[in-house]
Amino acid sequence: MARETIDAMNHTDADSVGGRPVRDIRLDFPAFATTGDARPTAYLDSAATSQRPTAVLDAERDYLEHHLAAVHRGASAATGAATTRFEEARADVARFIGAGGREVVWAQNATDALNMVALGIADASAGIGGSAAARFALQPGDEIVLTEAEHHANLLPWQRVAQRTGARIVPVRVDEHGCWTVGDLAAVLTERTRVVAFAEVSNVTGQIAPVAEIAELAHRRGALVVLDACQSVPHRPVDFAAYGVDFAAFSAHKMLGPNGVGVLYGRDELLDALPPARTGGSTITKVTLEEAHFLPAPHRFEAGTQAVSQAVALGAAVRYLEAIGMEAVAAHEEAFAERVVAGIEAIEGMRIVGPPAGERRAGLVSVAVDGVHAHDVGQFLDEAGLVVRVGHHCAQPLHRALGITATTRASAHVYTTADEADRFVAAMGEVRGFFGVGRKVS
Amino acid sequence: MAGLEGLYQQIILDHSRERHGDGPLAGADGEHHEFNPTCGDEITLRVKLDPGHERIEQVAWEGDGCSISMASASVLTDLVQGRPVGEALATAETFREMLRSKGEGEPDEDVLGDAIAFHGVARYVMRIKCAMLGWVALEAAVAKAR
Repeated sequence: MARETIDAMNHTDADSVGGRPVRDIRLDFPAFATTGDARPTAYLDSAATSQRPTAVLDAERDYLEHHLAAVHRGASAATGAATTRFEEARADVARFIGAGGREVVWAQNATDALNMVALGIADASAGIGGSAAARFALQPGDEIVLTEAEHHANLLPWQRVAQRTGARIVPVRVDEHGCWTVGDLAAVLTERTRVVAFAEVSNVTGQIAPVAEIAELAHRRGALVVLDACQSVPHRPVDFAAYGVDFAAFSAHKMLGPNGVGVLYGRDELLDALPPARTGGSTITKVTLEEAHFLPAPHRFEAGTQAVSQAVALGAAVRYLEAIGMEAVAAHEEAFAERVVAGIEAIEGMRIVGPPAGERRAGLVSVAVDGVHAHDVGQFLDEAGLVVRVGHHCAQPLHRALGITATTRASAHVYTTADEADRFVAAMGEVRGFFGVGRKVS
Repeated sequence: MAGLEGLYQQIILDHSRERHGDGPLAGADGEHHEFNPTCGDEITLRVKLDPGHERIEQVAWEGDGCSISMASASVLTDLVQGRPVGEALATAETFREMLRSKGEGEPDEDVLGDAIAFHGVARYVMRIKCAMLGWVALEAAVAKAR
């Protein structure tokens, strides 16, 4: 890429988000408060977990200090007010993802949400949930299609379903970049395909899947579509209703929100029929010693006391992101990735995983360094004040397919600067020299 | 980067590139595969003992991992090959104690030789398992051989 293009990005997308300078946005985040360091730590691990703005931290604290009461229980005004805040957060999230209010189920995190779907399907296959749940039941020989690039969170629950039901996992293979196409996926769909599970954005490659197109293909086969939206909801506009997916999962802590809460999205008619994987208080209409009748969604899935203050804080995170605008967030992060890819490509001995330069990718870049193990790279970057992720990123099958054990990943969010991208590139340019590879050792 | 050079001493970088003992070993008496699930580093280490099982005649290993783990296995090969089993296991224990020292104290160069280069690893708690990988495999392989 031409230098002028990079400079232009630096002064437009890379340094402002939706018209707001990144340096102003950073003031919203206590983690970036200036400490007087000449070289502050560059946080480039937002794909793992994001920093949180004051508005989110304050929302949780405000709820805990002034509004805490047992939600959906009792008759006091205080419980009513607490319940209102809890349900307003649900409405905020629903608006953000293109869902109806009943279609947002609180989970612990995305992993938990994906397990709720998978275990519900396994239960339905064992006859639990009656005739309403029969639509989810899998038979031996049925097929669960998922990609080789999936995060373990969208693989292991399906392995469990396969073990319990006799269904089998059918993989969509990746190419030498770790990418797959709609054609690759369409080629493995059969009359036995019952579930198609994939990530909208890969947490390793940054590849962005055309969700609506895949959902239509899968539905034509009568399969359920389960979307891992962990790396999309925090970083780009989504509309699950328009996508036509049946279920989706994401975590609050990757979208400027708190730990301990995530979301299972499901189409309401499906959620009303899916057996709840966890049972207990608050999920029922009538209970006898022998059996229970469950509420409609979402409450049938929310057994026990929920992460209420975290849900309230997630509502604040959603409003913070909406104020900036998700189109702008996506453009900012894609510019980061483009800048990093352009810089890394100019360095000898670097293998960038994911879409080649010039092709669209989300705001993360994973790199294998020839001759230097990712953990040594990570140690070197740590010393240079860069926080990145090294390892297999919970995607061992993908790394195995690429013939590498681990990669070094830099990822962005709304607060990431062009200077941080440049610091990452500059440090990567020094790695092989430090470890004495790629040059003659005297 | 004084801190980093304290971790990656030249002797470690040299051993990570010129690995001693890297390869298969026919007729091994004991072998062990050790895996670090947090980073994916792995090693298969094999030992051949003398007929009386008193001495390590040969050590060889095959592995994939970071420079710390690979260099450590290389230095291990130099230190224990040809040595009485008891002394080799005592060296492993001394090496472990050095890594648990949090970087304090002076390592025993008479026992550890080049392995004192790993003293700096003790200050990086996330890397101690890397340095121990080969040594843990050695202990297990010897136990299986005897």
